Amino acid sequence: MSTAADERNARAPWALTAPALMLFVGVLLIPLAMTVMLSFHDWGQYKGIEPVFILKNWHEIATDPYYAEMFWRTFRIAILTTLLTALLGAPEAYILNRMSGRWKSIFLLVILGPLLISVVARTLGWALLFGGNNGLVNKLLMSAGVIRSPIPFMFTETGMVVALAHVMMPFMVLSVWAALQRLDPQIENAAMSLGAGPVTIIRRIIMPQIMPGVLSGAIIVFSLSASAFATPAIIGGRRLKVAATLAYDEFLNTLNWPLGAAVATLLLVALVLIVVGSNALIERRYAEVFR
Amino acid sequence: MAYLELDRVAKQFGAQTVVDDFSLAVGKGEFISFLGPSGCGKTTTLQMIAGFVDPTRGAIRLEDKNLAAIHPAKRGLGIVFQSYALFPHMTAAENVAFGLEMRNVPRGERAERVRAALAMVGLAGYEDRHPRRMSGGQQQRVALARALVIKPSVLLLDEPLSNLDAKLREEMQIELRQIQRTIGTTTILVTHDQNEAMSLSDRIVVMSQGKIEQIGTPQETYERPASAFVSQFLGKTNDFAGTIDRTVVPTQLVAGSWRAPAPAGLSGPVTVSVRPERIGFGDAGLSAKIMTRIFQGNHWLFQCDSECGPAIVIRQNDGQAQPAEGDAVRLTWRPEDMSVRARAGA
Amino acid sequence: MSRNGPLALIFHTIFVIVMVAPILVVCLVAFTPEGFLSLPTNGFSLRWFRAIANYPEFIHAFWVSLGLGALSSFVALLFAVPAALALARYRFRGRDALAALFLSPLMIPHVVLGIAFLRFFTSAGLGGSFAALIIAHVIIVFPFALRLTLAAATGMDLSVEMAAVSLGANGWTLFRRVTLPLILPGVISGWALAFIQSFDDLTMTVFLAAPGTETLPVRMFLYIQDNIDPLVTSVSACVIAITMTALILLDRFYGLDRVLAGKGDTGR
Repeated sequence: MSTAADERNARAPWALTAPALMLFVGVLLIPLAMTVMLSFHDWGQYKGIEPVFILKNWHEIATDPYYAEMFWRTFRIAILTTLLTALLGAPEAYILNRMSGRWKSIFLLVILGPLLISVVARTLGWALLFGGNNGLVNKLLMSAGVIRSPIPFMFTETGMVVALAHVMMPFMVLSVWAALQRLDPQIENAAMSLGAGPVTIIRRIIMPQIMPGVLSGAIIVFSLSASAFATPAIIGGRRLKVAATLAYDEFLNTLNWPLGAAVATLLLVALVLIVVGSNALIERRYAEVFR
Repeated sequence: MAYLELDRVAKQFGAQTVVDDFSLAVGKGEFISFLGPSGCGKTTTLQMIAGFVDPTRGAIRLEDKNLAAIHPAKRGLGIVFQSYALFPHMTAAENVAFGLEMRNVPRGERAERVRAALAMVGLAGYEDRHPRRMSGGQQQRVALARALVIKPSVLLLDEPLSNLDAKLREEMQIELRQIQRTIGTTTILVTHDQNEAMSLSDRIVVMSQGKIEQIGTPQETYERPASAFVSQFLGKTNDFAGTIDRTVVPTQLVAGSWRAPAPAGLSGPVTVSVRPERIGFGDAGLSAKIMTRIFQGNHWLFQCDSECGPAIVIRQNDGQAQPAEGDAVRLTWRPEDMSVRARAGA
Repeated sequence: MSRNGPLALIFHTIFVIVMVAPILVVCLVAFTPEGFLSLPTNGFSLRWFRAIANYPEFIHAFWVSLGLGALSSFVALLFAVPAALALARYRFRGRDALAALFLSPLMIPHVVLGIAFLRFFTSAGLGGSFAALIIAHVIIVFPFALRLTLAAATGMDLSVEMAAVSLGANGWTLFRRVTLPLILPGVISGWALAFIQSFDDLTMTVFLAAPGTETLPVRMFLYIQDNIDPLVTSVSACVIAITMTALILLDRFYGLDRVLAGKGDTGR
């Protein structure tokens, strides 16, 4: 039996979401579809964009080793950045979580606050710190005896990874932090009462439980690093291209929009596949435990 | 000789004294409850025994060994936490096996003991379940098995039943008592539920604001509460203001128009405590008027306005006619059913 | 009363220093009295802050960013609040798909969005216009506005609304007098977080901005591309100061941990 109230309930959510839905279809889905189409168009130095359907751009990306190298560099940087944030961010989140109330909230603010500070400003900071061979970082590392001769940071992948890791770190800390909040506060005491030492507690009790947090943090960091623009553009300069900076160049300097659209489409598809795939894997792996 | 001994133990957090001057001797195999409202220091005391909190003063000894010198991981106590604190990424069997693993028990013996422990708590066949896929009661049993499988010298239970619904809680109480009787492990239970404390323990330690109010068997604490707090906390009670008159012979205890021979050792203003189920309606005694009468199946509950203030009376529903609302009655009780304390501040 | 060992505290100290260092160094260099990039060793000077005044592009870009952030966050809320109420209250077919669509701008690389919008708005004859920037920013800040509003709407006690209905409130009155005031903290925080996101976006905006509609990050980025001098550090220091102020306000209003926790989940 369908009452007036039932009918109203069936229609209300659609009425409420309709404006947003139309907005998203009109100015998100259509432009994205247009971009995919654009990647199949032709382009010439003098004739501009020709709205035909050819595989020229895709063929060029598939065969020219320049693009393979560029994509490999993009993902290499993203993977290294992800590893770095996981290796440093997860322990930091754990340490943070063990602090007492006041210190905890102060340091949480200090570590997560940068998330909201302009990426350009933060990367500029790294450019200043790296500053050629006698930059502050090199001076510090050399006087601490960590390295003997200066490492080039500017215009190198090393510099990009360090700066990106700094930019992405809050996401990792936040993600592991969230996982730590779900832990039973007595869980460490429980393990201790059964005879486990500190190392065993971390390895056998804490690590397995925060792993989903580390992994979901890794997915965020990876996808943001692989598509990052500001940091690679400022630290990497014009020489060391990643997918986002290359697409930017094709669009605004070379003006070869169809080729740029192809690079962007490939980046989008690759990222969606990786993110959706690894999310599914994580969910399957931990379905039994965390439902 | 005491098996587990707490000797004037105290805990301070900053300026706040959470536990003060706590002394208790627990015999081997005894089942003790720490009973009190939240914030009375019972959990802190338990955590000091477990070693998660260090006492500010005093000593805790187990078989005459000072526990403070032993790291919590080496104390060998079994603990069941209020939240159970099961390891969610491990199966029931892996949870129970963890303590044995830490003790390097060989694989074969480990498997056998895990199976036996799970069977003891009625969870045979649940070995490969993860905690998240078990009910609250089942999780509780796993936590108990995990604590018992290491053959602990003392079993500490921190409000273990408070997350279960009323029916399940009663079942678990009976089961817990049976298991404890069978294996004879010295047990300390922290609870705020006086029924739980009374039905499970050999002795109850009633606590309030960090101090021990009374230590005694369930019957003693109920029938002879040492303080107003204990009598209030352990079920409903009536406190009447009375006086002991030593000017007449024989000396008399007077509360309103109720009087009885005075007990020895007290004089002047006193408080007379009587449990509601021990009060009857008679021809002489405290005069009162019945304000409300509530039928509760196996008994009647009367709220009366007596000459010594409000009073509650519980009468068995034995089929006899009962007074109605508005009736004037006389409240009476046997002298051995009351406890008399000196009245403070009067 | 920290339960961390000395090793953990050393790790923590280094970690915090590294996290703060780049931001600190920008702010310090901004006060240099020298004409080149250097840490202010010979006293502090405000000359590079005064220099901003002689560089109207930055001032103009700042106003563009401010207007863009405020307006696009507001417009995003106009769409997000009803959508959040629908997602919080109703279980209907297609609900999960809708939620995924509304949060998708978080998953789509901003460089792709920039390209898509550039293509779209150029074809529509809106290339480089402020209107195009607004629409594009509404899309990228929408998920943030939605998340915080959704959290507030989900946490709201529905019986309060039922009580209002039983007392005769309905439709717009019900929303304005009961629902909106109750979800307002979430809505305001959603606006603030959306504003910060819009104010900070470079990657997408760099494709869409034309001279005259350049935002502050775009102007700073283009400036850095040419050369890095103390002027850009003093501009950055101002941006950092503005963000910090917004952060503190947000913390007072809503609790920063809640805002950020909402943000952390979004990348999935």
